[in-house]
Amino acid sequence: MSTTHMNTHSAHDEHHDHEPAPYNVFGFWLYLMTDCLLFASVFATYAVLFMNTAGGVSGKDIFELDFVLVETAALLISSITYGFALLCAHNKNKGGTLAWLLVTFAMGVVFISMEIYEFHHLIVAGHGPQTSAFLTAFFTLVGTHGLHVTAGLIWMFIMMVEVAKTGLGGRTITRLSCLSLFWHFLDVIWICVFTVVYLMGKV
Amino acid sequence: MSILGKLSLESIPYHEPILVVTFSVVVALVLAIAFLVIRYNKLGVLWNDWLTSVDHKRLGVMYIVLALVMLIRGFSDAIMMRLQLALATNGDPGYLPPHHYDQIFTAHGTIMIIFMAMPFMIGLMNIVLPLQIGARDVAFPFLNNLSFWLTAGGAILINISLFVGEFAKTGWVAYPPLAGLKFSPDVGVDYYIWALQISGIGTTLTAVNFLATVFKMRAPGMKLMDMPIFTWTCTWANILIAASFPILTAVLAMLTLDRYLDFHFFTISGGGNPMMYINLFWAWGHPEVYILVLPAFGVFSEVLSTFTGKRLFGHKSMIYASGAIAVLGFIVWLHHFFTMGSSANVNAFFGMATMVIAVPTGLKLFNWIFTIYRGRLRITVPVLWSLGFMVTFTIGGMTGVLLAVPGADYVLHNSLFLIAHFHNTIIGGAVFGYLAGFAYWFPKAMGFHLNVKLGKAAFWCWLIGFFLAFMPLYVLGFLGMTRRLNHTNNPEWNIWLYIALVGAFVILAGIVFQLLQLYVSFRDRAQNLDTTGDPWNGHTLEWSTASPPQYYNFAETPVVSDIDAFTDMKEKGEAYVRKDSYAPIHMPKNTSSGIAIAGCITVMGFALIWHIWWLAALGLFGAFVSLIVRVYTTDVDYYVQPDEVARIENEHLDNVAKG
Repeated sequence: MSTTHMNTHSAHDEHHDHEPAPYNVFGFWLYLMTDCLLFASVFATYAVLFMNTAGGVSGKDIFELDFVLVETAALLISSITYGFALLCAHNKNKGGTLAWLLVTFAMGVVFISMEIYEFHHLIVAGHGPQTSAFLTAFFTLVGTHGLHVTAGLIWMFIMMVEVAKTGLGGRTITRLSCLSLFWHFLDVIWICVFTVVYLMGKV
Repeated sequence: MSILGKLSLESIPYHEPILVVTFSVVVALVLAIAFLVIRYNKLGVLWNDWLTSVDHKRLGVMYIVLALVMLIRGFSDAIMMRLQLALATNGDPGYLPPHHYDQIFTAHGTIMIIFMAMPFMIGLMNIVLPLQIGARDVAFPFLNNLSFWLTAGGAILINISLFVGEFAKTGWVAYPPLAGLKFSPDVGVDYYIWALQISGIGTTLTAVNFLATVFKMRAPGMKLMDMPIFTWTCTWANILIAASFPILTAVLAMLTLDRYLDFHFFTISGGGNPMMYINLFWAWGHPEVYILVLPAFGVFSEVLSTFTGKRLFGHKSMIYASGAIAVLGFIVWLHHFFTMGSSANVNAFFGMATMVIAVPTGLKLFNWIFTIYRGRLRITVPVLWSLGFMVTFTIGGMTGVLLAVPGADYVLHNSLFLIAHFHNTIIGGAVFGYLAGFAYWFPKAMGFHLNVKLGKAAFWCWLIGFFLAFMPLYVLGFLGMTRRLNHTNNPEWNIWLYIALVGAFVILAGIVFQLLQLYVSFRDRAQNLDTTGDPWNGHTLEWSTASPPQYYNFAETPVVSDIDAFTDMKEKGEAYVRKDSYAPIHMPKNTSSGIAIAGCITVMGFALIWHIWWLAALGLFGAFVSLIVRVYTTDVDYYVQPDEVARIENEHLDNVAKG
């Protein structure tokens, strides 16, 4: 094989060795596609079951749009603030990154607390997931999203510790980018939940 | 509730002689293996070089070992069922009471599909795919190890169910309401759920991993359409996995919620809809059969092109046909339940979509025939499997088209005709393909050849045994015998049941020959070494490496300029060229994190099955901690130094020159 070929090889290898990041982000995209399919299945189930109220309440009776709107706003704003965090990270601004991550985290906590409050409220009122297929599907769909957000919050907490302790190295930036994808993905899913479950349920 | 949840001494079926004997044999085998490992001082090798390995080739071998072990387990179930049905005629109850028999047919289906066929397919893909595209490993080597251990964890759970508690009695599809808490209050369905759930997540991660690998790590010069056909069929299978396994995850989670928290997804009461389960299950289940068979198609393509010494006929059309099968595979799921009572138009749509799949599949068959045409076909063991497949699978395909006619399906639904059909396609298609791949790539993976005589004996027993065991089932289906019967009372059926039993024993002989072949080949390995790394005069890059391949695969990333990349290099004289110097190679270190994480998850699964909540929480926490430890370990890689690479490469090239 010619020397020119050999040179292209080593250049190629060099690229692979020291920048694993593109693989990771691409792999994370692929994972998100599988997660998207998971949500699609749960959405499909909700679509099939939401009218099966078994003589109990329907969405019209229990959804409080004002409340959910605030919840939604908290999550959507947290996506913007995460974007600011990532911008700071790319500018190697550690303090800014941490501050914006903290704001994002707080918004996420607001969202998840409101969701827990809503669930608790419904269960206490006798509209728990065991009541009807509609409520089963409702709690599962919203709850699956909520579990993802909770996982995202745990991840974000760990990332804040990582950033604080180790700064903004290449590996940390990659992880922040993956979390960013995850967080925005959950936003997109929530927009679908808000539309399909709450808005259409209220019609 | 006690500290051990539902688990108590009564959960151990010590009063069942069959299970006690099985248990004793398994324990004896495990002890024997442990003894041998310690006796020959191989514990360190086993742990450091295999169990904790992140090397795709070793993981591939471990997947196939798992598949073979589970094949024995699944086949034991099969022959027990055939024996029961041959004995329990004319009103005789036979030797297996229904509650035991029902567990056996459920375990047989679940094991053969999830823990035999899938690991076999993923094992072959692990060994071959990165080599075929000229990559050093997969995109995420650690994740690959974790995927394997999650699969193994599921397999361990399903085997524990033999001796602790019981397995599901629902059939491998576990339809509610039968699989719901009301009609299956015992732990059987929970074993089913967690075994599938845990291994299924491993499989999803495998697909993500290999998709990233083919899209990001192909050797320079290899365009997507230039990828070898086996890599392509695996890629289609991985796309199907990524798109369909999340549906399985979701539907199993819903069944879990129904069973554990009294939800109403699939219950009769509370507005639940059991048909929703069946729809979701088959939205995964039908793509799943193409996940199994597409890589097998890839194996046949590689085998026939290699052993005729010709380029595969219609490489591009093969890729498109596989893609068509993959896409169509997603819009046919309803044909599993035409009798659900959808409207005639719905059934007609799904019936036609199903029949259309015969077109790309037929195209493949013609491609294979044209590959052989005017070639000089060497009748080796892999070729025998391929030819056997072409005949057998065609029959299975035709009965499939017959079943796709909704009207005919109403007659044949749930009959033994269906059982005959899917065994015809899965054994005659997928399993024959894996065994062809096993014989084809064995010298590559292990460095020595398989005994040919025993291989041919195994093939003929499998082929003849298959026809003896399953053709009678077509007849029985037409005679009105339904599946999952425990005993029968119809003299007309008896003769066919006897023939099927004989067939099962012939297949048993095939499996024995296969195992004997492994033993004899291993014993005589010194005389059968594959020193060149290219025993068949292969076309693709995996044959350019040593056998077994160097642990870093390629000293230098190959540059590809043809579909049959290695043939091209051999023709241009670029193969086996000695280099003056090598660059250091970046490699991942082995790690026990995969075992730790998957082990904790498996413990969690076991605890959830038995409602031991504290242990489940502990398992989840353990998995989380192990993950964090792994994530913050920085010592995960190393460099192979150029002199080491030069030593290994020169040794290989010396061997090639000698051979």
